[in-house]
Amino acid sequence: MPEPNPQSERSAILAAHDVTKVYRMGDVDVHALRGVNVPLYEGELMVLLGPSGSGKSTLLNILGALDVPSSGRVLYRDEDIAAAGERELTEFRRDHVGFVFQFYNLVPSLTARENVALVTEITERPLDPSEALELVGLTDRMHHFPAQLSGGEQQRVAIARAVAKQPEILLCDEPTGALDFKTGIRVLEVIDEVNRSLGTTTAVITHHAPIASMADRVVSLSDGMVASDRSNEKKVSPADLTW
Amino acid sequence: MVNVLDRKLFRDLMRLKGQALTIALVVAVGVANYITLRSAWRALGDSRAAYYEQYRFADVFARLKRAPDSVADRVQDVRGVSSVYPRVVEEVLLPMVGLLTPAHGQIISLPAQGRPPMNDVLVKSGRFPESGRGNEVLIYEPFAKEHDLRPGSTVPAVLNGKLHELIVVGLALSPEYVFAIEPGGMASDDERFAPMWMSKSAMAAAFRMEGAFNDIVLRLEPGADEKAVLIAVDRILEPYGGLGAYGRDLQVSSSILDGEIAQIEAMVLFLPAVFLAVAAFLLNVVFSRMVTLQRGQIAVIKAIGYRNSTVGLHYLKMVCIIVVLGSVLGVGFGAWLADAMLDLYAGFFRLPMARGRLDLPVAINAVIASFVAAVLGIGFALHNAVTLPPAEAMRPPSPTRYRASPIERMPGLRRIRQSTMMVFREIWRRPLRTVLSSAGIAFALGIIILGRFGKDAHGPILDLQFGRQQREDISVNFTDEVEDRGLGYLAHLPGVDQVDGYRTTPVRFRSGPRWRDSILVGLPPDSHLRRLFTREFQPARIPHSGILITDVLADILEAQPGDIIEVDLKEGDRGTRQVRVSGTIDEAFGLQGYMQKRSLHELLREKPTINTALLRVDPGREAELQARLADIPTVQSIHRKRTLLEKFEEQTGRTMQVITLILTLFATAIAVAVVYNNARVSLSVRSRDLATLRVLGFTRAEVSAILLGEQAVQVFLGIPVGMVLGTWGARALLELQADPEQFRMPMLISSQTYAFSAVVVLAAAVLSALLVRRRLDTLDLVGVLKTRE
Repeated sequence: MPEPNPQSERSAILAAHDVTKVYRMGDVDVHALRGVNVPLYEGELMVLLGPSGSGKSTLLNILGALDVPSSGRVLYRDEDIAAAGERELTEFRRDHVGFVFQFYNLVPSLTARENVALVTEITERPLDPSEALELVGLTDRMHHFPAQLSGGEQQRVAIARAVAKQPEILLCDEPTGALDFKTGIRVLEVIDEVNRSLGTTTAVITHHAPIASMADRVVSLSDGMVASDRSNEKKVSPADLTW
Repeated sequence: MVNVLDRKLFRDLMRLKGQALTIALVVAVGVANYITLRSAWRALGDSRAAYYEQYRFADVFARLKRAPDSVADRVQDVRGVSSVYPRVVEEVLLPMVGLLTPAHGQIISLPAQGRPPMNDVLVKSGRFPESGRGNEVLIYEPFAKEHDLRPGSTVPAVLNGKLHELIVVGLALSPEYVFAIEPGGMASDDERFAPMWMSKSAMAAAFRMEGAFNDIVLRLEPGADEKAVLIAVDRILEPYGGLGAYGRDLQVSSSILDGEIAQIEAMVLFLPAVFLAVAAFLLNVVFSRMVTLQRGQIAVIKAIGYRNSTVGLHYLKMVCIIVVLGSVLGVGFGAWLADAMLDLYAGFFRLPMARGRLDLPVAINAVIASFVAAVLGIGFALHNAVTLPPAEAMRPPSPTRYRASPIERMPGLRRIRQSTMMVFREIWRRPLRTVLSSAGIAFALGIIILGRFGKDAHGPILDLQFGRQQREDISVNFTDEVEDRGLGYLAHLPGVDQVDGYRTTPVRFRSGPRWRDSILVGLPPDSHLRRLFTREFQPARIPHSGILITDVLADILEAQPGDIIEVDLKEGDRGTRQVRVSGTIDEAFGLQGYMQKRSLHELLREKPTINTALLRVDPGREAELQARLADIPTVQSIHRKRTLLEKFEEQTGRTMQVITLILTLFATAIAVAVVYNNARVSLSVRSRDLATLRVLGFTRAEVSAILLGEQAVQVFLGIPVGMVLGTWGARALLELQADPEQFRMPMLISSQTYAFSAVVVLAAAVLSALLVRRRLDTLDLVGVLKTRE
């Protein structure tokens, strides 16, 4: 078992407790998560590291209320969202979580600004869409449709869309997975910037070990279990990452 | 052994089963429609031609008072006439047991020897009357069935004022009475109207018509000028009380049958074409999407080495299965419906009809037309699939280009929600699809209106005719004019509360070379029981002097109020009089003219007389009154208003219900198919967007609104257009339905009909949308996000 983390004294905003997830694939049960305990502390940037099939996306989906665990608890502050119904899960995502995906998932019929506005229209105290786009450095491209933007630009729009609602938690699933190195670095800089300037608690999934250097904390998953949970003594700026 | 591509085809179809089935249903309805209408059209048309030919239906008809037989030879000499057949035709009362008022008979003479050379009689059972036996008759089969008469039964009849017992020797039909309606009647009534056939010698004796005739029918030579013949015949018969010769177009039975056939003919191409066009459009929508989704598969199949033609055939087969399914359903349903429709017609039109078999060429044509429509529908998608180079097909399709829709730039709409904007942009990206979908919805709605609007005009017309215009309970027609004091006698009969009388006379209205035969009605100034109304239900008055004519007659004569027209009398001195047109009236029926009763007497140079009496009656003593009236020798016919009304309602009401139901079901098939298929394709195209929105925190309801908003816009655009289309269609159908010189149905579509059609379409749309929404609720959020578009 990994050593208890010294940061556990800090308050966890979101935490998985003994979470398991079993999928049935045909006649076979796939154990994607086998009793995972992962807290997410307020304000930190956590990197969730692991090879493909290790269960990291499953964990992120459960933390983000896109999926429910087979057993265990998921505590948002002191509330167990693992037991919540569909309506509560939707409310939770709407009010507290921002998502960034590998394939951006922008709405093709809306411009960059409108994609951001899509979210700001349904939330309580959003950023102005222009402000959110300024944060990711896309002020001059905000009236373009997704098809007119490069992959990196689209991903930055996705980040702007995720942070525009000023979520407490930002969950990024392989945000650089579809991008080249240089563009990927630019996207990571934006995520780092959001974490620092807005104080948004952030979790980034990746299978690229070097990215872990930019995190406050690194959790490694292997075969559905937590293999390690450590804090970085010294954070590296995304611009200095190499792989 | 089923090859692999066919297995794929089968599985793809199973996956698309909802869509395949709804489209197959639209095809089925189109095919069924075509088969039904075309079969009915052919059956009626062919039966008409065969019946008229075999039973030698006349080309020209004329009634007169009385002429010696030798006059017939002069008619025979008219250029263009191939043969003539002078007859005796008389109206009689049939005081049947169980009827409140006597039924009406029309007895037609039969030649002493052999069959009638024209308007022959089809004897269904029994035999022809024998020449020596004076009281033997053939009787109209439907009437016999109503009264349970068979050869050997007797029928009471008032012949020339005397009650006789006639012996039925046979039950018969005739081309002259395919649609049997008594003179001046509004609906066919098998219980109360009976054509009968009797030997000439017996009729001559009963009606004092030895050596004379009062009705003549003619067959023309091929290519003869009918108009010229009519003029010549009128000239010959004029001194003998001729009432004006007319052709088949004005022969009541023939013109009603022709009108029905013309109406079917008008719909036979139009209705099925609408359904097939909708099916083609939906196939286009569904297959375009499928080919886009299967780009990768197409690429692999081609890369492996399958030929383009194999790929094309693969998709073509899929469409063929849908069309075959639709055709099988459609042919079965069509055959059944055609039979049902002919059954319905058999209740109105009494002619030997070729029945019982599916009209095979018609069915084959319908199926071929469906295939052509389907192939046209998928042509573009098929071409794309076949010509896509494998390497290009491996790559994802280039991203769709979106544009801001013009509606967003409208002032006031700049601040619309992004989710609403998504709906607008999707519509703007495929404007043609929106237009065609709306058109489909509009046609569906229009078809419902067509099926229902007849009912709307029906009620008010009956109310006008039987409620406000004819205020009597019973009307009595006399064989000859009766002096006005006869009304006093009627007033004293048991149960009579109120009496009115009027005078009608047959005339020819003329103005220069233009003329029409019709009647002139003289109404008393204080007429309580007969009032005049316009087609728009406004009361009208008869001017003190001059003549009030129907506006259609005024148009025919090109006469304006103030103009002088000529009136040729057909009784009395048969002279020609000049009369000033003092006004026109847009009545719903006929081409008649109205005058003050006393002015008409002046015109006819006669004493005050009536030939129709109207009675308001105490319902408790009606039976007693009927019996007394039937005993009056000069009474030709007695009509009970309530009976007429009930008959009319019964006859038209049931037919309309059936038509409304069938057309509503057909229209529902269109609406469901349009909304369901569009929504399914839309869901397929946008599931990724919608899943993203769900992830972002949009609720199911919000996401459904975005998906179904587009369908809602199509439906809401379609509804008003459909109302306009339905109104146009109704007007066109109305014009076909009846000869405007006889009957002008007011163009009335009630707000209930508009509301009903909109509700049916909306309900079908909502139902289809709910079916698709169920799928939206089970959208795999994680799965969608994991895949590259």
